[in-house]
Amino acid sequence: MSELNATDQSAPTPGAPLPASKRVYVISDPKTREKKIPKKYYKDELFELEAKGELIVSRIEGPYAEVPTKTGRMKKIPLDKMWHHKSCGQCGHIPGYPVSILWIQRQLGLDYFDPKNQTSCTAWNYYASQTSNPVAQAAVGVRNFAEAHKDGYFPLIHCGTSYGHYKDVREEILHHPELREKLKRVMDKLKLPVVFPEEVVHYSEWIYAIRKEVVKRQVVDMSNITVTVHPACHYHKLIPEDAIYDADYLSGQRTAVVTAIAEDLGATVGDYSTWHDCCGFGFRHILVSRDFTRSFATRRKIERMMEEVNPDLVLAHDTGCLTTLDKSQFAAQGHGMNVGVAVMADCQFAAIAMGAHPYKVAQLHWHGVDHRPTLAKMGIDGDKAWDEFEVETTKINAGDMEFMTWEDV
Amino acid sequence: MQPFYADAKYQDVPYEEKQRLFDEVRADMRYHNVLHGCYECGICVASCPSARFYDFSPRVYAQVMAREDVHSFYELMHDSVWDCSQCFSCTRCPRENSPGGIITVMREVAVNNGLSSAKEALKAYSRVIYKVMSTGTQVAPDMLQPDFFPDWGPDVERVSNNLDTWRRAIPADTLHTLELAWDVSEKTRVELYLIWKLTGNLEMIEKIDESSYLILEEVMEELLDEHGFDIDEIECVI
Repeated sequence: MSELNATDQSAPTPGAPLPASKRVYVISDPKTREKKIPKKYYKDELFELEAKGELIVSRIEGPYAEVPTKTGRMKKIPLDKMWHHKSCGQCGHIPGYPVSILWIQRQLGLDYFDPKNQTSCTAWNYYASQTSNPVAQAAVGVRNFAEAHKDGYFPLIHCGTSYGHYKDVREEILHHPELREKLKRVMDKLKLPVVFPEEVVHYSEWIYAIRKEVVKRQVVDMSNITVTVHPACHYHKLIPEDAIYDADYLSGQRTAVVTAIAEDLGATVGDYSTWHDCCGFGFRHILVSRDFTRSFATRRKIERMMEEVNPDLVLAHDTGCLTTLDKSQFAAQGHGMNVGVAVMADCQFAAIAMGAHPYKVAQLHWHGVDHRPTLAKMGIDGDKAWDEFEVETTKINAGDMEFMTWEDV
Repeated sequence: MQPFYADAKYQDVPYEEKQRLFDEVRADMRYHNVLHGCYECGICVASCPSARFYDFSPRVYAQVMAREDVHSFYELMHDSVWDCSQCFSCTRCPRENSPGGIITVMREVAVNNGLSSAKEALKAYSRVIYKVMSTGTQVAPDMLQPDFFPDWGPDVERVSNNLDTWRRAIPADTLHTLELAWDVSEKTRVELYLIWKLTGNLEMIEKIDESSYLILEEVMEELLDEHGFDIDEIECVI
């Protein structure tokens, strides 16, 4: 016990949710973690391979922020000219997720590129079925990076699994010469260079990096909102060394992304005992063995959050987690379980705080759980907002408007 | 040859066949990065979602592989390898094992060898494989059908009924799609098809689901042909 120092020993108010910052024990001081930095640094290794002519390292050319990681090393996060590496699960089923990211970038006046020359990382399928191989997976990623490099923008990865998977691909490229040799053969046939970015950057890291800009533009009061955070496994467990950890959030013991933006926007972040648990997505399971996914998501995550925090909202930062935690609740309600809490992504939450329309931008009508009580606590009339959205869809159905545009929102 | 446990399954499968599959897993370039030994501490099991709802243990994988117990390996490969959630929570291992990583390799070997258990596990999953390999995006709006997601409640039907209008009511113009998650250019799809052929990925599908393979090959052949590539002349280069 001598190594464990609670950050705050004061007793909580009875019945009030316990803020995460009051519950996290300091096990290792992030300021001294530098001693544990792995001898080999992926960026040095990338540059070494570049010097040998084996690949091109795409660099963050424009402005960037430096943010702290788990090892104490600083990580560069681009602040402009981003190539949006979209997520199939987000774009297909929860489109308010990528739209919110793009909307925030537009509000900040950033130059971005929303490419059509991008494929999925295909990693959802890989982790579900393993009907692929390391060279094919590396080629899919490197082809995307080569296109981003050609377009002159830096890739911003929207999906947590793409982010973790690409870091896994990076490890394989760095440490397996035979894979590099095979990859080169494939890329030569495509007439494309082998390109890898100097950093693999997840959008929630970018949100973390620009959170003060979001706060400056905040128009919706979030002080009545209590949230619980679900961190994505493929963000902080798969190649964890360059995930963001910050001593100012959760005492630097857990990743700071999501929690940082929620706290800075004035919401209370409640802690719960299964914070580290997976959501139950399972890749294959969410599509064809949902009894497992549903059971885990509701029993280990949602019910624990409800019993220990009773949040107004669950915040996630990955495609699969958001889908799992949201969609699994309907059937569980039929079993009388303690569920029924809205789920959205940190970027949707940030966009709404900045005044984004809950349906035209955040597109909450694609989500399962009723989010109107949460909107009401933010002071937003969900019914009125829906009527405004329906004005647009009526125009589309009448043939008066082909598509809703950025100008319309 | 190692002795069987008294209640071991698959005693009828020749030892040489089990050893061949075991050697294939062990020969994978990733193998020595995912297994370093086992303290039997159980941290991986405590963090594992699948262990809570299946007869599944990541610790057993680390131990069986480290012991080189080919009989138990074969049993795991048939009976529980597809239960893993691939979340990699098990990487909290103090020995820096990745039981999830061992399983990734085992599953790949199972697919490459067309094991019946792999075919069974992926039977209902074929349409997803077809989608991602043919379009370049895995999850598409038109997959939101009430008969596929009945347990997700009436919202799925509402989305399905309004799909075309709601996709048009998205401000980002790359998302005005129904069969793809976003608009993927034809040139990009051609490059993706070349990757599947050049890396032998298409042939992996043939081993697991011949019907999907035939449809995929036809779709790919047509587009590649339009762009001046003869699918029969594109050889695997790895």
